[in-house]
Amino acid sequence: MALNIINPGLSTSIQDLGRPGYFHLGIPIGGAMDRFSMRVANMLVGNSEEAAGLEAVFMGPEIEFTNDTAIAITGADIPVMIDGVEQPTWTALAVSKGQKLSFGFLKAGARLYIAIAGGITTPEALGSRSTYPIGALGGFEGRNIAAGDTLPTGTGGNVNIGATVAPAMRRMPSNPAILRMVKGLYWHRLTEASGAQFLNDEWKVAPEADRMGYRFRGGKALEFVDREQPFGAGSDPSNIVDGCYSYGSIQVPGGTEPIVLHRDAVSGGGYFTLGAIISADMDFIGQLQPHTPVKFEAVSMDAALSARKERHKLLDTIRAELS
Amino acid sequence: MKTRYTFGGDEHIYVEIDEEMSLDAFFKSLSMSNAVREAEIEGITEICPANASFQVKFNPDVIHPDDLLARIKTLEEKAIQAEKRLNTRIIEIPVYYQDPWTHETLMRFRERHQDPTGSDLEYAARINGFDSVDDFITAHHSQPWFVSMVGFVSGLPFLYQLVEREKQLEVPKYLRPRTDTPKLTVGYGGCFSCIYSVRGAGGYQMFGITPMPIYDPEQKVTYLQDFMVLFRPGDIVKWRPIDRAEYDDICQQVEDGTYIPKMANVEFDLDTFNQDIAKTNARLMEALNGA
Repeated sequence: MALNIINPGLSTSIQDLGRPGYFHLGIPIGGAMDRFSMRVANMLVGNSEEAAGLEAVFMGPEIEFTNDTAIAITGADIPVMIDGVEQPTWTALAVSKGQKLSFGFLKAGARLYIAIAGGITTPEALGSRSTYPIGALGGFEGRNIAAGDTLPTGTGGNVNIGATVAPAMRRMPSNPAILRMVKGLYWHRLTEASGAQFLNDEWKVAPEADRMGYRFRGGKALEFVDREQPFGAGSDPSNIVDGCYSYGSIQVPGGTEPIVLHRDAVSGGGYFTLGAIISADMDFIGQLQPHTPVKFEAVSMDAALSARKERHKLLDTIRAELS
Repeated sequence: MKTRYTFGGDEHIYVEIDEEMSLDAFFKSLSMSNAVREAEIEGITEICPANASFQVKFNPDVIHPDDLLARIKTLEEKAIQAEKRLNTRIIEIPVYYQDPWTHETLMRFRERHQDPTGSDLEYAARINGFDSVDDFITAHHSQPWFVSMVGFVSGLPFLYQLVEREKQLEVPKYLRPRTDTPKLTVGYGGCFSCIYSVRGAGGYQMFGITPMPIYDPEQKVTYLQDFMVLFRPGDIVKWRPIDRAEYDDICQQVEDGTYIPKMANVEFDLDTFNQDIAKTNARLMEALNGA
C-alpha cells in the first residue's frame, strides 16, 4: 500500500504533529503548520490525529493510489480532482487502486493537507515523521517529496465515506488577517510610540514566508529605547545576547521587517523579539498567502487562553460529529 | 545580574539571567534550567538553556502560565546556591583557517559585509587591534572555549572563550545575513564562535572550516552513532589549526570510519577559573593532551 508521486507540486512534505523535546539542540518541533486542518483531515479518514499526511503549499501534488483506500483534503480552498472529476474538500473520499488525485488552482489559503487512511508510514526520526529538510530529518529520506517517490501507507480502519465538516467549522484566517499576540520577551526595547505604531500599522505577508518563519513588510521602522549595547550582544539596537526563540515569537532584525517564527523555527539567535503570536492563531499563519494584509493585535494572557480553549472546543465538536 | 521573567505567548516562559554575556550568567542559567528539569513539573515539554538566559515551553492546558512562572521563580534561590562546578568534556576540534570554501562564499556575499574590500578574518583582525591575521588566528585558538548554547539549527554550538573580558574577541554579524554558509564553517558573531552544523543561511563572520562532522541524522559517523548531535551545553572546546593536507586526511578518516575525536573528561569549577584563568586553562589542556 503506497502513494506514487507523479508530480510533487511546489513544496510538499510529509508532516504530522511534530517532534517535541529537541529544541534545546536546535531541532524544532516541526509538523503541520496548520495543525487544525491536519487533525481534521486525519479524523475524516479514521486515523489517529497524530498520523502523518502531506502538507502542500500553493499547489497540490499529483498522486496515484496503489490500493483502494480513503482520503480527505483540508486546509486551503482548492479544487480537488480524482481522475479529473471534482470532489468536495473537508470530506472523506473513497479512491480505488490506479486512480489519480490532482488539484486545480488555489482559491484561498496557502496550505492544503492530505490525509490517507492508515497514514503515511515512512520511518520516524526522533519520534516523528515530520520533514525537517535543514537537518535532513524525517519525511522521505530527510527531504520533501519528489516525482517518482513511493510513500508507504498503513492499514486504515473504518471510514465513513462522505462524512464532511460544515464550512462554518473550517477554521481559516480572515482577510485582512488578525494575528493576536501577547506582548513580552523584549517588548521593553521599543519606545512607547513605536510599540503603538507597530500594532496600528497594516503589514503585508512578504514573499519570504516558509515553514521556518513568515516575514512581513509595509509598516514603519521601529524605534528603540536608547541604551549602551550589553557585552556580547552586537552593535545594532535590535541585537541581544543570543537567546532562545519562542515559537510564534516576532523578531524584527534592524527594526524593519517583522519575522514570526513558525513550526520549523530556528531555536535561538541574536535578535530582540517583541512578543509571540498566541498558540490559537499559529494555524492561521500557515494559511496566509504573500501580500495578504495583516494586523497584529495585542491581547492579555487570559484572552490567549480563552482563544486556545475555543479552538480545542471546536476540535472536540468536530471529533464528536465524526465519531 | 538581574533576572527578568517574561512570557513568550501562552506556551513559553523566558528567563533572562543577564542582559550581557558572562560565564556567571551562563552558569546560573544552566543551574536554573537544571533545577527546573529536576523539579519534574507537569506540563513542561521543553527546557532550553542559552548563553545568559533559558526558556521553558509548556502546555497551558496542564498548568496555568502564572502558576508555572511562580514555580520557576522559587527555583532561582536553589540555582544561586548550586555549586558552579561541571563534570564535562574537553574536545579538540581541528580547524582549517582561511580555507578555499569559506573564502569562495565570503567573496560571493561581499556586498553584505562591513568591509567589501577584505576578507572576514582581515576585518576581524583589524577591528580587534591585531597587527596580522595570523596573530588574530592565534588568539582564536590558543585558549579553550565553552559551549554556552546549542541551537539555531541542528546541533550548532555557540562558544564563549575562556579568557578575561578584555581579551574577548568581538565582531559584528554581517550587515545582511548570507543565504549560504558551507557546512562545518567556523564562524564568529558578537563574542561567540560557532560551528555551522549544516549548510544554510548565516550571519556570522567566516574564519575557517572543520573536517569533523558534529551532526549526522543518519548516525553513520562513528562517534555520532549513539546520538546525532555531538555538543551539549557545558562542553569545552579547543581549536587546533590544521593545513590542507591534514584537512583532507581527517575527511578521509571520517569517511572510513576510523576518525576518533580527541577528548577527555574534565571538571570545571567557575570559582577556581575566576581565581586563576591561566592555571585552569593549563590544567584543561593537560587533560586534553593526556587523552
